[in-house]
Amino acid sequence: MKSLLKHRLAWPVIALAALLLLNQVFKPDFMSLRMQDGHLYGSLIDIMRNGAPTILIALGMTLVIATRGIDLSVGAVVAIAGAASCAYIAASPEPGSPVTAATAVLIAVVAALALGVWNGFLVSTIGVQPIIATLVLMTAGRGVAQLITGGQIVSVSNDSYKSIGAGYLFTLPVSILITAAVFALAAVLTRRTALGTLIEAVGINPVASRLAGLRARNIIWIVYVFSAVCAAIAGLMISSNVTAADANNAGLYIEMDAILAVVIGGTSLAGGRYTLVGTVVGAFIIQTLTTTVYTLGIPPEVTLVFKALVVITVCLLQAPKARNLLSRLKAAPKPAAQEAAKEKVAI
Amino acid sequence: MSPLSTLTPLTVKKSSPARNRLRGGARYAPTLATVGLFIAMFAVGAGMYPSFLSGQVFLNLFIDNTFLIVLAVGMTFVILTGGIDLSVGAVVALSMMVSATLLQQGWNPGAVIVLVLLIGGGLGLLMGLVIQYFDIQPFIVTLAGMFLARGLCYVISLDSIPVTEGFFTGMAQAQIPLPGDLFVSPGVLLALGIVTVAFFVLHHTRFGRTVYAIGGNEHSAMLMGLPVKATKILVYALSGLCSAIAGILFSFYSLSGYSLAAQGMELDAIAAVVIGGTLLTGGTGYVLGSVVGVLVLGIVQTFIAYDGTLSSWWTKIVIGGLLLVFILLQRLFARKAG
Repeated sequence: MKSLLKHRLAWPVIALAALLLLNQVFKPDFMSLRMQDGHLYGSLIDIMRNGAPTILIALGMTLVIATRGIDLSVGAVVAIAGAASCAYIAASPEPGSPVTAATAVLIAVVAALALGVWNGFLVSTIGVQPIIATLVLMTAGRGVAQLITGGQIVSVSNDSYKSIGAGYLFTLPVSILITAAVFALAAVLTRRTALGTLIEAVGINPVASRLAGLRARNIIWIVYVFSAVCAAIAGLMISSNVTAADANNAGLYIEMDAILAVVIGGTSLAGGRYTLVGTVVGAFIIQTLTTTVYTLGIPPEVTLVFKALVVITVCLLQAPKARNLLSRLKAAPKPAAQEAAKEKVAI
Repeated sequence: MSPLSTLTPLTVKKSSPARNRLRGGARYAPTLATVGLFIAMFAVGAGMYPSFLSGQVFLNLFIDNTFLIVLAVGMTFVILTGGIDLSVGAVVALSMMVSATLLQQGWNPGAVIVLVLLIGGGLGLLMGLVIQYFDIQPFIVTLAGMFLARGLCYVISLDSIPVTEGFFTGMAQAQIPLPGDLFVSPGVLLALGIVTVAFFVLHHTRFGRTVYAIGGNEHSAMLMGLPVKATKILVYALSGLCSAIAGILFSFYSLSGYSLAAQGMELDAIAAVVIGGTLLTGGTGYVLGSVVGVLVLGIVQTFIAYDGTLSSWWTKIVIGGLLLVFILLQRLFARKAG
């Protein structure tokens, strides 16, 4: 089992290492870190800092995908969280005070809780397919965010708020520390308690897990709420980093990046077994790709083409491997097994 | 031939041959609800604004959404097989960029259109092959396709390129007069022609029946000896082709190529298909329903334009709300049928 897990993470790690090495070759001081004014600087720190929102959202997405779901609404939640908190700060009588900033963060998190509960309600209670249930919020959410900001870019000046995305603590950027804390929390909660196993059980066979006496509904609810809260924190980071809320562009396509990170990390979109570490590696690959484009001197407009080619390559590398593995494990043909699984969902 | 005569047989067809084949009113309920909603919205609009109740306002719904109609047609095929195509908006933008660039360099418009159709169809075919032979989720493959197409747009140019070529500007300005001082654009005829062809293919050919069969149960379709593989690949090629056609129609409409154009259009297309009554699990739905879905989206925008005080973001909120209502409706009917 351990060797299998190793095998799952092998490709993403090799890909990340290759990307970092490529950067090192073209930019000799790529790996170096330096201290300046008590803050750590360097390309690696930049990658972590810029990748923090994607990692956060990808962590939430991993658990959602593990239950056979998907959350397309995270980008909209990012926009709503940023819009709600910035609109509150801008309208408050003391726009500079730490209390205002704390209240703004609270508002964003509470809003995210509500949105997560909404998604969870549609998926678990009403039984709507996750991709469609979250499509509703993806479409309407950005409109709601624009409604909150009145279609304007709301800028705020609040030092406490700014520190979420742009501040430093113990020589490291605060955003990295927040992300690490969320990762640790998610890892402990899902790997040191039964929660992780329950999530996998729901993803592997929702009906069987329900028949086994598992409250699948609550599990599904938990993962969508967690995903929304992760997205809200990411939204706070993004808006605090630029000290403004842009309802149109904040978190645009971040759901795609997050899903890619999860898939590249080795978690199957079919649900079941998941790996949080793999997701973090996947998110780093995506962020490093962007950095690599700059390092290599490729025009930035080619980034997307580059990204597409890498995604296709990684997916293709993983596909035949999965096929071989399955055929080795079972003599039965793969499509039949998959169909059986699909039919179970339909019930 | 007047375009109105193309319109009338379409609506008549809808209720006759299809109904004979598929039994059970529940199957039609979502689509009929959409038609009802459209009529109600039009009536409310007419009540609120006297100028709303005109043939031209109705025809403008088609003129302003030709590209979305064509996109929704392609998307309907894909969704009927239980798949999804996220690349359509990006392929529209790529088609616009390629045609604008080549026209600027003095290419023959006919050659440009053929090339654009080949690129769109080719991209779709490629995605279909990857989905089928590497067994990767359509969601991921078409997402990569979206990145690729959008990225190629950026590679071509970051700036907006105007289209000044005679044929394209001619198509943009051309108005086909109808009785009663009404007119439509040539694009509308093309879009409705594609809808007619799609309707015929979906309901009167082996390919169409296989599409429905795959959406119903892929495994059963395979056991029945239907060409599941080829059909699944073709469906994505078809969607790519439709996206390219939509790109050309959008070029006629906007007379430019811009790499950020048609952003989020894939969502509009999916929303139109869902509102039109097609189940995202596949197997149930009608191409004509998708057309009505587009018209509903169009009338929401018309409303907001007529009102003048409502901001543009209400469009998104209303579309999201409509999506929700129709999804809940689908659940309701699915439960009743089951």
